[in-house]
Amino acid sequence: MARAMQTASTRRKVVDKAMLVAMVAALVLSAVPLVSILIEVIIKGLHAIHGVSFFTQPPPGDPTSTAGGVGNAIIGTVLMVLLASVVFIPLGILGAVYLAEFAPGTRLARLVRFFAEVMTGIPSILFGVFAYGLVVVYVHHYSGLAGALALGMIMWPIVLRTTEEMLLRVPSGIREASLALGTPKWKTVLKVVLPSAGAGITTGAMLAVSRAAGETAPLLFTALDWQFMSFKITQPISSLPVAIFSGATSAYDPQVARAWGAALTLLAFVLILTLAARFVTARRSVT
Amino acid sequence: MRIGSEDPALAVTTAPTTHRRTLTGRRPSEGVARGVAMGGALLLLGALGLMIVRLAQLSAPIWKEKGISWVWGSTWAPANGVFGALPFILGTVITSAIALVIATPLGVGTALFISELCPARLRRPVGSVIDLLAAVPSVIYGLWGIYVLLPILLPVERALADSLGRAIPIFSGPIGGNGSGFFAAGVVLAIMILPTISAVSREVMLTIPRDAREAGYALGATRWEMIRMAVLPPARTGIMGALILGLGRALGETVAVLMLIGDVPAVNHSLFASGYSMASVIANEFNEAIEHLHVQALIGIGIVLFLVTVVIDIGARLLVRKAGG
Repeated sequence: MARAMQTASTRRKVVDKAMLVAMVAALVLSAVPLVSILIEVIIKGLHAIHGVSFFTQPPPGDPTSTAGGVGNAIIGTVLMVLLASVVFIPLGILGAVYLAEFAPGTRLARLVRFFAEVMTGIPSILFGVFAYGLVVVYVHHYSGLAGALALGMIMWPIVLRTTEEMLLRVPSGIREASLALGTPKWKTVLKVVLPSAGAGITTGAMLAVSRAAGETAPLLFTALDWQFMSFKITQPISSLPVAIFSGATSAYDPQVARAWGAALTLLAFVLILTLAARFVTARRSVT
Repeated sequence: MRIGSEDPALAVTTAPTTHRRTLTGRRPSEGVARGVAMGGALLLLGALGLMIVRLAQLSAPIWKEKGISWVWGSTWAPANGVFGALPFILGTVITSAIALVIATPLGVGTALFISELCPARLRRPVGSVIDLLAAVPSVIYGLWGIYVLLPILLPVERALADSLGRAIPIFSGPIGGNGSGFFAAGVVLAIMILPTISAVSREVMLTIPRDAREAGYALGATRWEMIRMAVLPPARTGIMGALILGLGRALGETVAVLMLIGDVPAVNHSLFASGYSMASVIANEFNEAIEHLHVQALIGIGIVLFLVTVVIDIGARLLVRKAGG
C-alpha cells in the first residue's frame, strides 16, 4: 500500500512537471513567430533599403530595376493616417468625454460603449466596403479620402474606449475642487480632467494610429495604389501596406525586395509607436 | 415689452434667473457642452447605423434577384452570373478552426505561465512580448508567411499527405502551390489570434483571488493540481470568451489569409488544398468586379461576414464580462 501511494505521488509529480514544461513550451512557441518575423524583416529589409532614396523615391517604371523606393507609399500612409487622426481622434475623445464625464452609468453611455466595443470587432475590410459605398460610389473614382475614412472608422472606437478608461481613472477630487471654485463643467473637463488624463489619451491615440497605419484590406479598393509621387488625397494614392501587398505577390525579385524594405519601414513605425505607448502607460501606472 | 426684451439694457432683468441656475449647478454653458459631447457619442452610433444601411442598400439587388439561397450555393462563377458563397464560408470556417486548434493550447498555456509561474515583476515584460504580435500589421504576416513559413510547411504537408493521406482524407492532397492553402492560412491566423487569447485569458486568471490558490496548496496539491482545481474552473468561462473573441478575429482577417490561402473558390476536403475565405474574396475581387451583380454579391458576402463576426464578438464579450465578475 505504501508502494501504491508512492507510485501515485510519483505520477502526480511527473504530471506536474510535464504540465509546467508544457506551459514554458507554449510561451517559447508563441514567441518564436515574433522573433522570426523581426529577424527576417530586419535582414531582408535592410538588404533592400539601399539608401535615403528608398524613402524619397517612388518605385521605378521598370519592374526589374532595383532603383527607387517607397517614397510615394510613405507619403500616402502619412497623409491618410494624418487626415483620419485629425477628424476621428477628436471625435473619439468627445464621445469618451460624454461617456465618462457627462453621463456615466446612463443607458445611453452603456449603449455607446457597447457598440464601440462591437465596432472594434468588425473586420476592417468592411470599413473599406463602407468607405467605398460612401465616397467612391459618389465621386466615381478611388481616392485617399475614402481610404482615410476607412482608417478613421477603425481608429474611432479604439480612441473612444481608451480615452474613456483614462478619464475614469482621473480622481474625482480634482473635478470637485474645480467645480467648487465655480468653474463651469466644460471648462473643468477641458482644463483639468483632460490634461490630467493626457498621457493615457495620447497612448490610446498612438495605438489607434499604429493600428490604422498597418491596415491593408480597407485600402485595396478605396485608396487603391498610385505608382508616382503624389500628395493629392482626392486621387488614388499609395500606402505602405498596399505597397507591401503588391510587392509580395509580384513575380519580379526587385519588387519583392522592395516589399521587405517597406515592411521594415512600416514595422519600425508601428512597433516604436506601440512600445512608446506601453512605456507611457507603464510609467504612469507606477506613479 | 416685446421690443424691450431685446434691449441689452433690460437684460439685467433676466440676470436673477441666470444667477439662480448657477446656484443649482446648471448653466446654459453646461447644457451646450453636454449637448456637444452627446453629439460626439451619438455620432458613433449613427455611423454604425449608416454603415449597416449602406451595406444593405449596396447589396440589395443580389438579394432581390437570387433570394437568400445563393449564400449556400457551391459554385462561384461570376462571369456566368452564378454566385454561390459556400466555398468562401467553408474556407473561413476551416481556416478559423485550424487557427483555434493551434492557438488554444499555446494561448492558454502562455496565459497560465504568466499568471501562475512567472514572477510578478516579470509578468508585464513577458506578456508584452506576446502582445507585440498583435501590433504586427497583417500584411507583414502575409509577407512572412509566403517567404518564411511556406518553405517550412511544404515538406511537412508533403510528408503528412504521403503518410496519413490515404487513411485520413483531410490530410490528402492536392497541396496548393508552394504549400499555400487552408493549412498555411490557418497557421498564420493562429499566430495572429494568439495575443488575443493569451491576453484575455491572462486577465481573467489574474482576477482569481490568491486564497483559492492557497487553499489548493493547503490540501497538498502540486502546482498543476492547484491550477486544475483552483484556477481553471473559475477561469473557464473567461477562457471560452477569449477563444471566441480570437475566433471572431480569425473569421474577419483578410490580407494575410488572402496571401496564403491560394485563392481558389472550390469546396475541398483536404486541409492542404487551395481555397478562399469570405474576407479574402472581397479583398481580391472587389476591384476586378465589373458586373454589378458581382460587386453586390461580394458586398452580400460582406454582410454575412458582418453578422457572423458581430454575433460572435458580442457573445464573447458577454462571456468575458461574466467571468470578470
